[in-house]
Amino acid sequence: MPLAKRIIPCLDVTAGRVVKGVNFVGLRDAGDPVEIAKKYNDQGADELTFLDITASSDNRDLILHVIEAVASQVFIPLTVGGGVREVADVRRLLNAGADKVSINTTAVTNPDVVRDAASHFGSQAIVVAIDAKAVNADNSRWEIFTHGGRRATGLDAVEWALKMQDYGAGEILLTSMDRDGTKIGFNLPLTRAISDAVSIPVIASGGVGNLQHLVDGVTQGHADAVLAASIFHFGEYTVREAKEAMRAAGIEVRL
Amino acid sequence: MKIAIVDYGMGNLHSVVKSMQLVAEDHAEVVLTADAATIDAADKVVFPGQGAMPDCMAHLQESGLIASVRQAAAEKPFLGICVGAQLMFERSAEGPTEALGIFRGEVVRFPAAQMVDAHGQRLKVPHMGWNEMFIRREHPLWQGIPDGERFYFVHSYHFAPQDDIAVIESAYPYRFAAAVAQDNIFAIQCHPEKSSTPGLQLLKNFVHWNGQC
Repeated sequence: MPLAKRIIPCLDVTAGRVVKGVNFVGLRDAGDPVEIAKKYNDQGADELTFLDITASSDNRDLILHVIEAVASQVFIPLTVGGGVREVADVRRLLNAGADKVSINTTAVTNPDVVRDAASHFGSQAIVVAIDAKAVNADNSRWEIFTHGGRRATGLDAVEWALKMQDYGAGEILLTSMDRDGTKIGFNLPLTRAISDAVSIPVIASGGVGNLQHLVDGVTQGHADAVLAASIFHFGEYTVREAKEAMRAAGIEVRL
Repeated sequence: MKIAIVDYGMGNLHSVVKSMQLVAEDHAEVVLTADAATIDAADKVVFPGQGAMPDCMAHLQESGLIASVRQAAAEKPFLGICVGAQLMFERSAEGPTEALGIFRGEVVRFPAAQMVDAHGQRLKVPHMGWNEMFIRREHPLWQGIPDGERFYFVHSYHFAPQDDIAVIESAYPYRFAAAVAQDNIFAIQCHPEKSSTPGLQLLKNFVHWNGQC
């Protein structure tokens, strides 16, 4: 199949810097967003995702400057998420140079924002981020969690993904909440269940610790794209090495 | 030299502007404009578009820029991108709106029944990501871009030209026209402004193009 599976480095941004922590604690500085974005572009990253993890609303506008700076120098698709509460937030991010905006907690608390944003800006600009984890022992039922994985919603993850597709989401960013930062790999049954259920692309996220995990996300999780942060930020692997590993496993990539 | 990027209120033009400015260097002044006189005075015109095609056509009508866009398409080096390229055709399956009809043919949706790859796995729609571009006919805008190079796509509809105007084809899973060209017009379905080095090469070629095939 000629369409390449995508590798998407994810940059958590706060106060204008890229950081990475484990399970949302112990943040470490990983560098300047523009420099990191350029580096990943040079390595062949297919897209970049920026997640604004700024806690207070005072510093919200800093992400706009980051996006403007990156979008003026790096010409691959940029997705931005974190703290999107209303359609006006989506507009601000798109105007700053984002190509897609990812909506997470607000999709649960006010799903009409997804519908309105998709109808205003087109489905291609709207990603719904789903944080899910298993709620039974044999990892066969998953529910949606919000607020950085702390709050249970009781919503079934597969049903929720289908609903978000109906609301106009152009893509699903699926994070295995119980895997995020653990480096033990994606929750593959979860990823496969969602990817097989929806007709829009699914990005697998959460738990990547080595290149085989990326391969597994595509071959076993049926993901259309794989997202990872720490394995790239701290220089363990380059994006190019990740792509070579995927190609060696028979996966179509852009090299 | 002046290159006008037409702003009729559809979509995010930040990347189109920034990428054109980057490749134009000091060869051309790149302006984003919603002003008919500015488009009329420009030497070259870029016509982007995002979202649903009927919405784009409605916005274009409201903008009062149709005459200027038609005039530019008739005589200047003209680059249609994504829905801007789709608007060059007669109509789209996305809605009943008449488009510009500069090229004969329609814009059709990827048919659900055919969206299966060689291994029997279902293909997602939208067609989103980096796909190969196969040269069907040499064109000055493709100079320096290897056959089979990948560009970034995001679309659920593609053009089905009635005439033999395809210059670049892609496949998902069947071959479709990814770029068409005739005389001074080049219209491309994917996003050169988001396609890294090869995309910038295409835009750079446009800056230096005299409008002849």
